[in-house]
Amino acid sequence: MRLITKIGEWFDHRLQLAAPIREAAGHPVPRNTASWFYVFGSAALTVFLLQLVTGILLALIYVPSAGEAWSSLQALNHQIALGWFIRAMHGWGSNFMVAIVLIHMVQVFLFGAHKFPRELTWVIGVFLLLMTLGMAFSGQVLRFDQDAYWGLGIGASIASRVPVIGPFAVKLMLGGPIIAGATLSRFFALHVFVIPGLLIGFVSLHVLMVLKLGINEWPMPGRIVRRATYEAEYHALTKKDGEPFVPYAIWKDMFFAAFIILAVAACAFYFGPFGPTGQPDPTIIQTAPKPDYFFLWLYALLSLLPPSLETPFLLIVPPLAILGLILLPFLSGEGEKSWKRRPIAVVTVLMIAITLGTFTRMAQFTPWSPHMNAWSGDPVPDRYIHGTTALERQGALVFQVKQCRNCHSLGNTGGQRGPALDSVAVRLTQDQLIRQVIQGGGNMPAYGNNLSPAETTALVAFLETLHPAAQRPAHDAARELVLSNGQVRTSGTQP
Amino acid sequence: MSTKPVTAPPAEASLSRRGFFMKLGILFNGLAAIILALPVARFLFSSITRGRENGYLSWVRLGDVGNFPEGETRMATFRNPLVMPTDGKTADTACWVRRIAGDQFQVFAINCAHLGCPVRWFPQSGLFMCPCHGGAYYRDGSRASGPPERGLFEYPYKIENGTLTIHAGQLPTPGDPVASLASEKPPCA
Repeated sequence: MRLITKIGEWFDHRLQLAAPIREAAGHPVPRNTASWFYVFGSAALTVFLLQLVTGILLALIYVPSAGEAWSSLQALNHQIALGWFIRAMHGWGSNFMVAIVLIHMVQVFLFGAHKFPRELTWVIGVFLLLMTLGMAFSGQVLRFDQDAYWGLGIGASIASRVPVIGPFAVKLMLGGPIIAGATLSRFFALHVFVIPGLLIGFVSLHVLMVLKLGINEWPMPGRIVRRATYEAEYHALTKKDGEPFVPYAIWKDMFFAAFIILAVAACAFYFGPFGPTGQPDPTIIQTAPKPDYFFLWLYALLSLLPPSLETPFLLIVPPLAILGLILLPFLSGEGEKSWKRRPIAVVTVLMIAITLGTFTRMAQFTPWSPHMNAWSGDPVPDRYIHGTTALERQGALVFQVKQCRNCHSLGNTGGQRGPALDSVAVRLTQDQLIRQVIQGGGNMPAYGNNLSPAETTALVAFLETLHPAAQRPAHDAARELVLSNGQVRTSGTQP
Repeated sequence: MSTKPVTAPPAEASLSRRGFFMKLGILFNGLAAIILALPVARFLFSSITRGRENGYLSWVRLGDVGNFPEGETRMATFRNPLVMPTDGKTADTACWVRRIAGDQFQVFAINCAHLGCPVRWFPQSGLFMCPCHGGAYYRDGSRASGPPERGLFEYPYKIENGTLTIHAGQLPTPGDPVASLASEKPPCA
C-alpha cells in the first residue's frame, strides 16, 4: 500500500494533476442537481467514448476504398469473429448518441441552463449537435452501400442548388466529377479525423465550462436570473446547500452511463448491425435509397414541399435555425428558468418534437414513393373483378399493365402516391375519369399519349365499377339532359 | 506559488529588442503559413480547378447504334472518362438511351432531376419513375409529375461510324446540369 502511495506521489510530483482533479471532483453542486434529469450530458460523453473505441476497432478491418469498402463490411459481418457485433455497437451507438444529445439539449433548454452565464456552453453545445449529425451522415457514407451511394447523390443535388458556389461545392464534396473513390476517402477523413478531433476539443471545452461555471441549479419558479446578481446567488446557494459532486451526484451519472452502454449492447445483440444493403454499383438501379433514422424527417420534407419552395427552404431554413439556436441564450439570457413559467418554450419544444416525429413516421412508409413493383406484384383483388363484364376486366388489365397501381392502391395494396381508388367512382363521373386519365393533372402524369381509345374506354369502365355496394357511382345529371336532347329522363336516375 | 525572476516591464512606447524579435518571429511564421497555404489550398481544391482547366467531360462510346431499336428506350452503361485506381464499380454509370428514329436519339442521365436518385423506365406506361420522392417523366424526358422542377438531364450525343457517343463525365445535379448545356434544345420542358 505504501509502495502504491509512493509511486503515486512520484508521478504527481511531476504531473501535478492530483490537486486540480481533487478540486474538480469535490466542487460543490446544489443538492437538487443530483437528479436523474441531469445525467444526459455525461451519458452523451459515455456514448461518444464508446463510439471512439468501437470506431477504432472497426478501422482495424475496414478499407476506405470505393472498390473494397463494401466487401470489407461483408468481411466484418461474416468473416471476423464478432465483427458484426462491433459494427452493430457502432451503428446503435450512433443512434443513441444523436438521441441522447437531443434529449440533453431539450432538458438544458427547459431547465433554462442556457441562460447567463452559461451562454457559451450552450453555443458550443449547438456546435456539438451539428458535429454529431455530421458524424451520423458521414458514418452512413462509410457504410458504403447503395443507400450511401445515392444518399451522396442527394447531398450533391442539395449542395448544387446553392447560388453561384453550388457546382464548386459539389466537386469539393465529391472530390471529383462523380461519386467515386475520392468521395469515400474524404468522408473517411472527415468521419475519422476531422470531426472527431473537433468533437474532442469542443467536448473538453464544454465540460470545462460546466466545471468552471457550475452545474445549473434546479430551476425554481420565481427565481429570476439577473446578470448583476446571478453569480453571487449561485455561489451562496452552493455554499449553503451544496454537496461535493463526487460522490454525492456522480453515482447517478455512473449508473446511467452503465445502463446506456448495456442498452446499446443489447440493441446491437438483438437487432444486429445496419446493412450494408446492396453493392454501391451505380448501374444497379433497382433500389429505393433511404437515409438513416435521424435524417428521415428531411427525406419526408423533401417529398412534401411544393417544388418551387424546396430550394429556398433548403437554403434558408437550416442556416436560420442554426443561427436561432446560437442566438437563443443572448436573446433570453435572463429571466425565468423554470419551464413552469415558460409556456412558449414548452410549446416550441413540443411543436418541434411533434413535427419531426410526424415527418419521421411518414418517412418510414413513404406514401409519396411509387411502389415500383406493384403493377406486376400486387394483383387486383378478386372481389373487384367478380361479376364484371369483359370490358371491365380488360380495363382491370389496362390498370395493371399501365402501372397505375404503382401510385394508386386497391384493397390497401399498391402505391400511395395518388389517392386510393377503391371508391373512385363515387368521387368522379365518367367524364371526369376520362379527363383525368387522358390529361392528368393534380400531380398525375397525362396518359393520353400512352393509351389507345379502346384502352381508355376499358380502363374507365373498370374504374366506374369501383364504388361501395351501398353507394351509387357519381354521375353528371346535366350530361343525361344533353344526351337526351333536352328531355328529362326520370326513370332509373332518381334514387 | 512559483517565483519568477522579476524584470522591469518595457516602456509602452519604446520597442525593445526582444519585442522586435517577437514581432519579427510572428511575421516570419505568417510568411511560412502563407507559403505553405498555397500548395495546401491547391491540393484541397484540385477537384474544382481540374474541372475548370481541362474539363471533366469527354466523348464516351455507348455502343453500336444497332443495339438500340427504334422507338424504344434502353439502359446503357459506360465507364466514366476519368477513373482513379480506387473507384471500383463506382466509375460505372448508367443512362437511358431513347432512339426516336434513325439517327435521332435522346440520352438521359440516370439521375432524377430532383435529388439524383436513379429513375426507372416503364415502357408500358411510357414513364420514367423515381423511387425516392416520386418524380415522374414522360418518354421524351419532360417532367410529368412530382417534385422535380425540370425534365431529365440529357447528354449531348453524336454518331460516329455507327457508334453512339455521348459527352459525359460528371454527375449532373439541379444546380449544375452539365449534361444538357450543349444539347440543342432547351433543357426545361
